[in-house]
Amino acid sequence: MMASTEVLLGFIDQIPVGEGRTFRVADLEIAVFHTAEGAVYATQAFCPHRQGPLADGLLGGTTLMCPLHDRTFDLRSGCGTSHEQLGLATYPTRVSDGEIWLHPVPSPAREAAE
Amino acid sequence: MSKQKLVVVGNGMAGARAVEEVLARGGAEMFDIVMFGEEPYGNYNRILLSEILNGIQDADGITMNPLSWYAENGITLHAGHRVEKIDRAAKIVISNGGVRARYDKLMIATGSRAFIPPMQGVRMEDGSLKPGVFGYRTIADCQQIVDYARRSKIAVTIGGGLLGLEAARSMTVLGCESHVVHLAGHLMEMQLDVAAGGILKKTIEGMDIRVHTSKLTTEVLGTDKVEGLRFKDGTELPCDLVLVAAGIRPNSEIGQLSGLTVERAIVVNDHMQSLDDRDIYVVGECAQHRGRLYGLVAPLYEQAKVFAEHVTRTNVNAAYHGSKLATKLKVMGVELASMGITDPTDDNDEVVQFTEPKRGTYKKLIVRDGRLVGGILMGDIGKAPFLMQAFAQDAPLPEERLSLMFDLGTPSAKVTYDEMPAETQVCNCNGVTKAGIAASVVAGASSSKAVMAQTRAGMGCGACKGEVTELVSWLLGGEVEEDPSVHYYVPTIPMRKPELMREVVARGLKSVSSVFRELGNGEVDPSAKPALASLLITVWKGEYEDERDARFINDRVHANIQKDGTFSVIPEMPGGVCTPDELVRIGQVAQKYNVPLVKLTGGQRVDLVGLKKDDLPKIWSDLGFKAGYAWGKSYRTCKSCIGTDFCRFGLGDSMGFAQRIERRYRGIDSPAKLKLATAGCPRNCSEAYVKDVGFVAVGDGKWEIYVGGAAGAHIRKGDLLFTAKDETEAMLIGSRFMQFYRENAKWKERTYTFMERIGLERVRAVVVEDSEGICADLDAAMEASIAATVDPWLEAVAPKTANQFTSVIPAKEDV
Ligand SMILES: Cc1cc2nc3c(=O)[nH]c(=O)nc-3n(C[C@H](O)[C@H](O)[C@H](O)COP(=O)(O)OP(=O)(O)OC[C@H]3O[C@@H](n4cnc5c(N)ncnc54)[C@H](O)[C@@H]3O)c2cc1C
Ligand code: HEM
Ligand code: SF4
Ligand code: FES
Repeated sequence: MMASTEVLLGFIDQIPVGEGRTFRVADLEIAVFHTAEGAVYATQAFCPHRQGPLADGLLGGTTLMCPLHDRTFDLRSGCGTSHEQLGLATYPTRVSDGEIWLHPVPSPAREAAE
Repeated sequence: MSKQKLVVVGNGMAGARAVEEVLARGGAEMFDIVMFGEEPYGNYNRILLSEILNGIQDADGITMNPLSWYAENGITLHAGHRVEKIDRAAKIVISNGGVRARYDKLMIATGSRAFIPPMQGVRMEDGSLKPGVFGYRTIADCQQIVDYARRSKIAVTIGGGLLGLEAARSMTVLGCESHVVHLAGHLMEMQLDVAAGGILKKTIEGMDIRVHTSKLTTEVLGTDKVEGLRFKDGTELPCDLVLVAAGIRPNSEIGQLSGLTVERAIVVNDHMQSLDDRDIYVVGECAQHRGRLYGLVAPLYEQAKVFAEHVTRTNVNAAYHGSKLATKLKVMGVELASMGITDPTDDNDEVVQFTEPKRGTYKKLIVRDGRLVGGILMGDIGKAPFLMQAFAQDAPLPEERLSLMFDLGTPSAKVTYDEMPAETQVCNCNGVTKAGIAASVVAGASSSKAVMAQTRAGMGCGACKGEVTELVSWLLGGEVEEDPSVHYYVPTIPMRKPELMREVVARGLKSVSSVFRELGNGEVDPSAKPALASLLITVWKGEYEDERDARFINDRVHANIQKDGTFSVIPEMPGGVCTPDELVRIGQVAQKYNVPLVKLTGGQRVDLVGLKKDDLPKIWSDLGFKAGYAWGKSYRTCKSCIGTDFCRFGLGDSMGFAQRIERRYRGIDSPAKLKLATAGCPRNCSEAYVKDVGFVAVGDGKWEIYVGGAAGAHIRKGDLLFTAKDETEAMLIGSRFMQFYRENAKWKERTYTFMERIGLERVRAVVVEDSEGICADLDAAMEASIAATVDPWLEAVAPKTANQFTSVIPAKEDV
C-alpha cells in the first residue's frame, strides 16, 4: 500500500511551463503537468488507449492530447473529451513555496456510465 | 397508458438501425427499450472491418452508435450479454450473464457468424478453432488476426468471394505472403461469370496474391497450431495462418430453442413477424423472408423500416416484399457492379458484351423482353446507377444498346442530375434516393455534411460520398453553405492561412501564446499549437520565439516517438551516401546503446529504433552526424540513384544534386512532410516521379521537375511543373515551389492534395512565369529560412528546457 501522506515531488521549475514530465513515487509513475496558466495537475502516466506516455503530450489550457493517437482528456477531472469512454486517474496536488506536493492516492479513472 | 417494453436481441447493423427507425417514429414515447448484444460495444459498421485489418482504423473509428447514443436515447444496453433463452409463455428473455428482461414486443436481430466448412483438423479437441484459424466477422476476429499475422509468414484465405478477396489483400498489407483458395472454378462466382472472374483473377495476381481455383480444402495440418492445408487433389500448401471466408450461417438457434419456425433461418411474414408468435419480430441476416436470406445491409435496412412502421403502428400495413439485389462493390480497388443473373438462362436472352482485358474492363448485360435481367460491370462502372435503376424497376431499356454500356459524348454533370429520376438510389447501403436527398435539402439542410447526417447517405461503405456531395451542391444551385471553419487554418481562429499570416506580421506576433492571446477566443486547442508554430517559423524565420510547449514531442526532443514511448534516431545521409568511416560509427553507436532495431528507411538512410529519451543527447554526440529531420513536418530527405558516377544509363549527376539539395533544405519546416528525390534518367530508380518534389535528368544537362507526387497510402504521379535547362535553374524553381507551398498549404496538407486544390496551371504561372510578381519574395524568403536553421542536435550539449530528455524524475522526498 502507498502511504497516504503527501509526497514532495520537487520544484515546479523542473517542469517547463505548458509541458509535462513523468515523476516516480516509490514504484509508481505519475505524469505531472504545469499549465500555461501556472496550475499543476497530476494523472496516471500512461494513456488508457495504447499506453502512450502522457507527459509527452500537448497541453491547451487544461486539455491534454496524447502524443500517440491524439485522444484528449481534461486534466481537472481526468475525463476523456475526445473519447468519453476513456478516462484518467488523477492525483490531488498543491504548490507551496515553489514546490509541488502530491497526494499519491488516485481518484479513480473516469469511465463511461454503464 | 404506461409504456410497453421492447426488447431487442442482437445489437448489430440491423438491430441498431431498427431501433433508430423506431425512435424516428416517436418510439421513445411508446416503449421502454432494452437491447442485448453479445459484442461488448455499441453498434459498429461491419462493412468497414477490412480497415481494422489494414490498420487504417481502430474500433472507435468504425463505431456508428457509441455508448453515449444509447444513454441519450434512454435505451438500456446490456453489452457483452448473449441471450440464451426466450421464455415465450412468461415473455421473458434471459442472458448468459443472468439478466432477465420482460417484453411486450421482442425483436431478434442476431445476424450471422462465419461458416467454417467441415475440414479435418480445423478444430481442437475442445471444439475451439485450431490456433491460427480465424473467421472474419467481428472486431475481435480482426484484432486477433492482426496479432497473429505479425508472427506469420504465409496466410491462406479460404473462399474467393467479396470478403475473402478483401481479407487476402489485407494479409499482404500485414506483410504475409497471401494465397486465396477457392472451391469454384472462378472468383466471386455469385456475382461474376467465367470471363469476368478470369479478368479479376489477373488483376488480383498483379497485387501479389496467389489464387488457387477449383480447390477443395479437406484438412488443416499441424498438431497444436496451423502448419498447412491439404486439398482433395492430394496437394498441400504450407502456411501458418488460415482465414476462413467461406460464407455465413445465420444465428437462428435462439429461434429453434424457443419453438419458432426455422428453416435456413427464422421464418417471417411480410411484417417481419415470426409465423408462430406475432409479438416476436425478426430482422436482418437471421431472418428468412419468402424463402430468401439477405447478406447485404441495404435489404436489411428496408426490413428494419418495415418493422419500425409496424411495431409503432405508424403503418399497420407496412410490408416487406423482398429485394432485388443489385450491388456496387469495390474489391481491392477494382470497381464492380453486379445485378441479377450472371449468364443467360433462356434461348431468347440477348447478351451485350464488351471486354478490354488489358485495362481490366468488362461489361456484360443480359436482356430479356427488352428488360434487364442481369449485368456485370467491372473496371468502368460509370453506367451502374442507370442500369441498377432499370434492373430494380424492371424498366424498358432504350433500343440503342451501345448507350447502355457507354456514355457517348458525356453530358455535363448538371444535365445528368437534371435527368436523374427522383427515385434513383444514390446511396445503396442506406437506400437513399435522389428524392430523399432533395427532401432533406428542402427541409433546410444546407451542406452535404448535414444531408449525410440526416439521411445517412454516404455513411455505409462510403463509396457514394462524392456523388452525394455533388448532388447536394447541384440541388442548392451551387450554393452549398459550407461550414466556414473548414477553411480556417486552426479551428478557434477564424482566418484562412494567408489572412492569418498577414495579421501575424501586422501585429508582430512571434510566439504561439501571443497569437492565441491576441487572435483567439480564449480557448487553446492543443492540436492547433504545432500548426501555429509551423506558420510562425515560416513567417519569422530566425526571429520566431520558440516556445517548446507548442511543439509536438518529436520537435521537442528531435526524434521520432514510437508506439511504446521510445524514440528513433536517423542521422542525416545526403543522397543516401556516406563514407565507410561514418557507416562504422553508426554501427558502433548502435552496439554501444544496444539498439533494438537497425533499419534502412525508405528514404535511404539508417534508422536506429527503440531508444530511451534519456540516451538521445549522448547518442547524437557519439554519432557526430547532423540531424536527419526524420521526425517533423519539414523537409525530410532527398533520395537519389547512382546517376552519372557509376550507372551506365546516367544522364545527370543525380547523387551530387541530391546531396546539394539536402545540405540546402535540411531543417526547413513545412506544413507537412517534404520528401524529395533525384533520378539520373527517366528509368527513375529513385522513384522521383512520385515525390513531393522530384527531379529527373533528361539529357543535355536538363532536369524535369515533378511536384505533388505520392506513393504512400495515396498514390499519385507528380505533375511535370517545368523542364529546367540546368541544375541551378532546377534548384531555383524547386525552391520557389517549396516556398509557395510553405506559405499557402493548410496544416498537414501534403503536396499531392495541395496541387489538386490549387491546380498545376496556377502553380506554374506563379513560380515559373511570375504571374503575381512574387518570385523574388519567394526566393528571398527561402534564403532567409535556410540561413536561420540551426542543427537541433546541438541541444545535446545545451538543452533548451528543464529535464528535456529525462524520461522519469524521481520524487524529491518519498514519504
Ligand atoms: C468483413 C465484412 C464486409 C462486409 N461488407 C459488406 C458490404 O460491402 N456491403 C454490404 O451491404 N454488406 C457487407 N457485409 C455484410 C453486412 O455487414 C451484414 O449483412 C450486416 O452486418 C448484417 O446485420 P445483422 O444485424 O443482421 O447482423 P450483425 O451485424 O452480425 O449483428 C448481429 C449481432 O447480434 C449479436 N448476437 C448474436 N446472437 C446473439 C444473442 N443470442 N444475444 C445477444 N446478441 C447476439 C452478434 O454478436 C452481433 O453483434 C459485410 C460483412 C463483413 C463481415
Ligand atoms: C542492371 C540493372 C539493375 C540492377 C543490377 C539492379 C539491382 C538492384 C538492387 C540490388 C537493388 C536493391 C535491392 C535491395 O535494396 O534489397 C535495387 C533496388 C531497386 N531498383 Fe534496381 N537494378 C537495376 C536496374 C534498375 C532499373 C533500370 C530500375 C528502374 C527502372 C530499378 C529500380 C529499382 C528500384 C525502384 C529499387 C528499390 C529502391 C529502394 O529500395 O528504395 N533498378 N536494384
Ligand atoms: S535512374 Fe537512370 S541514371 Fe539513375 S541509376 Fe537508374 S538507370 Fe541509372
Ligand atoms: S495511446 Fe494515447 S491516444 Fe493512443
